[in-house]
Amino acid sequence: MAQAQTQTQMRKPKETGVPDNMQYMHPTLVKNHGNWKYHDRPRPGVLHHVSHSGEEVWTVRAGTQRQMDVHTIRKLCDIGDKYAEGHVRFTIRSNIEFMVADQKKVAPLIEALEKSGFPVGGTGNSISMMAHTQGWLHCDIPGTDASGVVKALMDELYDEFRREEMPNRVHMSTSCCEINCGGQADIAIIVQYTKPPKINHDLVANVCERPAVVARCPVAAIRPALVNGKPSLEIDEKKCMCCGACYPPCPPMQINDAEHTKLAIWVGGKNSNARGKPTFMKMVASGLPNNPPRWVEVAAVVKKILHVYKEDARPWERLSDWVERIGWPRFFEKTGLTFTKYLIDDWRGSRANLNASTHIRF
Amino acid sequence: MAKKPHDTPNLDALETGPWPSFVSGLKRLAKDKDAVVDLLGHLEHSYATKKGYWKGGTLGVYGYGGGIIPRFTEIKDENGKPTYPDAAEFHTLRVMPPAGMHYSTEILRKLADIWERHGSGLIAFHGQSGDIMFQGATSENVQKAFDEINEAGFDLGGAGPALRTSMSCVGAARCEQSCYDEGKAHRMVINSFLDDIHRPALPYKFKFKFSGCPNDCMNSIQRSDLAVIGTWRDNIRTDEPLAKKWFAKHGMNELVNDVVAHCPTRAIQLKEIKDVRKGESISAVAVNDTHALEIDNSDCVRCMHCINVMTGALAPGKDKGATILCGGKRTLKIGDQMGTVIVPFQPLQTEEDYEQIVELGQKIIDFFAENALEHERTGEMIERIGLVNFLEGIGLDVDANMVGAPRSNPYVRTDGWDEEVAKIKAKKAAA
Repeated sequence: MAQAQTQTQMRKPKETGVPDNMQYMHPTLVKNHGNWKYHDRPRPGVLHHVSHSGEEVWTVRAGTQRQMDVHTIRKLCDIGDKYAEGHVRFTIRSNIEFMVADQKKVAPLIEALEKSGFPVGGTGNSISMMAHTQGWLHCDIPGTDASGVVKALMDELYDEFRREEMPNRVHMSTSCCEINCGGQADIAIIVQYTKPPKINHDLVANVCERPAVVARCPVAAIRPALVNGKPSLEIDEKKCMCCGACYPPCPPMQINDAEHTKLAIWVGGKNSNARGKPTFMKMVASGLPNNPPRWVEVAAVVKKILHVYKEDARPWERLSDWVERIGWPRFFEKTGLTFTKYLIDDWRGSRANLNASTHIRF
Repeated sequence: MAKKPHDTPNLDALETGPWPSFVSGLKRLAKDKDAVVDLLGHLEHSYATKKGYWKGGTLGVYGYGGGIIPRFTEIKDENGKPTYPDAAEFHTLRVMPPAGMHYSTEILRKLADIWERHGSGLIAFHGQSGDIMFQGATSENVQKAFDEINEAGFDLGGAGPALRTSMSCVGAARCEQSCYDEGKAHRMVINSFLDDIHRPALPYKFKFKFSGCPNDCMNSIQRSDLAVIGTWRDNIRTDEPLAKKWFAKHGMNELVNDVVAHCPTRAIQLKEIKDVRKGESISAVAVNDTHALEIDNSDCVRCMHCINVMTGALAPGKDKGATILCGGKRTLKIGDQMGTVIVPFQPLQTEEDYEQIVELGQKIIDFFAENALEHERTGEMIERIGLVNFLEGIGLDVDANMVGAPRSNPYVRTDGWDEEVAKIKAKKAAA
């Protein structure tokens, strides 16, 4: 009996919260915490920070696949132990950074990383690693994959990751449904559904809390209904704008579809306050096919936008700054994208997005 | 040795090309792990049919209500048997990273070893909310994995209608633009609300994010309910040797076109040294023997552009702290919302200053818990009730820095105007 009790005794969690970062931090960073003076970038992928104390630290940044197997993690640790000083950090875009207090270690570290397949770059005015979500690999509501889209795109943008040749930094993201966990970016690739959900009426009553699903719809297109004698839901398909918000709380509202789940491209999101205020990105293309394994149609549009931006923008102009200067009509003209009625906002507050002026570039 | 791999022609196509391949990583794991053999089969099925096949569920660890993302396969044969049985349960543990995402190789190896023992061996550094995501444990192994990760000094993050895992930038650890100790604020705040992380009981998710300067590298304004963004009140600092060094390298065209012309409020001007104004709000620095930059700091909105371009030559001031914004979120349900200012300047120098962020956070979370509708974020709640009601609810005074512009319609009842003016004037006089 006593033995049975000890067997079922569960371990109580230690509610320790966010770990103290100082214990893992490179000693030069600890020593100069809050005392940095300036930085420069001796080459793409390398940051050089100088402290008011005169101490210096070099950071080498490399791209990873984010979804890492333990062997990749150990390989990065081996490099960190052999060529750096045993401390790393990750950036918000899943790049890994190795810090060294000795400039002589920079070149061998870069060589070791690149030889092991980790591109060095992602600093300054480069195209950094794309922020991405979980997709088919692990999400419960994905319209597309995430890691695969990113791998396909980063293969194409590999050189731009390793160079600093863009007008300003380029942040990109992908999202595998319209919730957009990938977030705001200079260029974002986001699922856009094109048909209302197909309802599996046999399952609704057992799986879904119907009032919660009704409440979730942004356009009040969903209402309770009795279908084939069972409590279910119905959709006013004229109202439905196919956002997929009903699907997470109620999986029988099947929004995903092999053919009708499309991809849209958004541009001009910026979180920094530098120059203009932060901006939300805008939809500039939709209806692109969800075409694994390499999403070539999406990649072609993204590359075209990037190419025109690179050619046309002035130094330090982020994508949103560039469009603000040249105007949206010329953005569509130069990128060859088609401006359609679907790109005119009709959601709440939409009139603020109309041109209430005679400011027109001819 | 694991079982025989499935054919994965679609995924194989993602092993070519120069960028590190997650598929190659999965195949490395599949040599020893049946779960990953079947995960590859599962994912290939998604690629072939263009649909996802994971179902959520309820699963947790002892003592906590959240932090585990359960995943059960939906690919089954006609008898309801999983087609990929070894990946039939493939749960994720969300684990909070150290502030600023610093690691020693030693702790990384330790975490990798734990996950190789109890999970699939697949880890994401990091998920979009900032968690380390340990992906791929069976229901049975979730607790075992958590116990060891927890013993290693790490704790579960948030999921569901709860306070969520936070993120902070590299900040003071390695950035000259840092305006406060981001890691300290991050830990102090989040570790004060662990109950709200581990036992989901809020109307919906609530996120804090910490960025050390207005470059907002954590993207806090667009994706957190409470964004703490570093700034300063006094004048931009200057360093003449670095300014001259910059100018010698970049020249007049770049100075004019890339620095002066980009200032959003025209606070910065290029002047002959003899014409530079003196005054309390003026920062000035010579770039050569004849010319200088003159910044009128009372016009400066702390956008960071000139400081970003001429790092070190120009630098944030010394009277540092943060602007606090509330209500940022992405589309669902009412449309995108930026965080908007609720505290124009919170000094962050003393211990008490940092505690004030915790107190403000507590007030906002309490108000949110009491007043938000189910599945409503703070930004939506503020949109529904109005900023003034929200401010009164959490005990903050209105401030003209909270608006882009005053109202542009007359649809407001103003019969309390005189009392409000008197109250504000009395408060100012007493301060």
